Amino acid sequence: MTDYRTPAAKVRGLGASGHASKHWMAHRVTAIALFFLAPVFVYMLAMSGAPDPAAARAFFASPMGAIITLLTLTAGLAHMRSGMLEVIEDYIHKPFTKTVLVLANSFLTIGLWLVTAFALLKLAL
Amino acid sequence: MVQLTLPRGSQPKKGKTHAAPDGAKNTRTFRIYRYSPESGEGPTWDTYKVDLDDCGPMVLDALLWIKNNVDASLAFRRSCREGVCGSCSMNIGGRNTIACTSGIDEYKGTITISPLPHQPVVKDLIPDLTQFYAQHAAVKPYLKTDTPAPEKEWKQSPEDREKLDGLYECIMCASCSTACPSYWWNGDKYMGPAALLQAYRWLADSRDEAKGERLDDLNDPFKLYRCHTIMNCAQVCPKGLNPAEAIGEIKQMMAERDG
Repeated sequence: MTDYRTPAAKVRGLGASGHASKHWMAHRVTAIALFFLAPVFVYMLAMSGAPDPAAARAFFASPMGAIITLLTLTAGLAHMRSGMLEVIEDYIHKPFTKTVLVLANSFLTIGLWLVTAFALLKLAL
Repeated sequence: MVQLTLPRGSQPKKGKTHAAPDGAKNTRTFRIYRYSPESGEGPTWDTYKVDLDDCGPMVLDALLWIKNNVDASLAFRRSCREGVCGSCSMNIGGRNTIACTSGIDEYKGTITISPLPHQPVVKDLIPDLTQFYAQHAAVKPYLKTDTPAPEKEWKQSPEDREKLDGLYECIMCASCSTACPSYWWNGDKYMGPAALLQAYRWLADSRDEAKGERLDDLNDPFKLYRCHTIMNCAQVCPKGLNPAEAIGEIKQMMAERDG
């Protein structure tokens, strides 16, 4: 089908969505949070004697261990979700495929968060 | 998925080879992309031996030498021949630049020349930049005010004027936008580095009264935020400008506004 829209109509499209700056900021905030959280989490986990099940349970049951773990998981999965959304928007152009992947990205990351948060609670309580 | 390969029939094949003139001792080989829509054939790589003793020092001089002496059908844009008009932008030796300020001696061996990447080709080295110009127009690259114009001029302090250095010098050659992968994949929605540099040129102008409106128009995941700061734009700009930095400034203005 020949596209008779003017160049201006094509470039303007549907206009600006108006919410992209919030997404950009959230991606930066989670990146900064992970810059501090990830090394602290890895260090604390390494020092806890984690391969031993009892030591790992004790680490996740401790207030500091549980809080740092939950914060790292939450920031990490939120960052992963918004980063993967960028990749999908960059490379996937077919509307149906794009919608399916955007939904799958959200469901997967939210599901992962629920599973890991539940596992943490089970270990901690 | 984005189209990572050339469409069927667009892959250039080996074309004609034009020998150097008789007696030429100091020659250089140029491999040039040729395509003519009237021919009904796909594009080809034609090879030309240029007599450097009979030709100026720049790549544009070599193209003009070919056009004048070997093949008058070779099509390319050019005008000022001194890096001001931006007409002769093309991909030389795998890098977008302008032919008039690129010295032949800056390249080693055979010099390959093709049109700016990922744009429809009108003929030979001439890309169709209709979309690129429409994007430039869409950022409203002019002073917008509601206050009635003063009798003489809109005043600006020397300090505020300095903020426009590195922004206003753009010659709209399109080297930056067509070197940007985000522009290749989403050029229909992403404004591209050249248009965004101009958007920031007016956002940074102390005399402009439409900053909020300008930011509203760009607050979109595609129009502005497809830039992932890979800096190809700054690397290829023949005027030494840095569109990626300007895009970063726009993002900071957005963040400042959001609070």
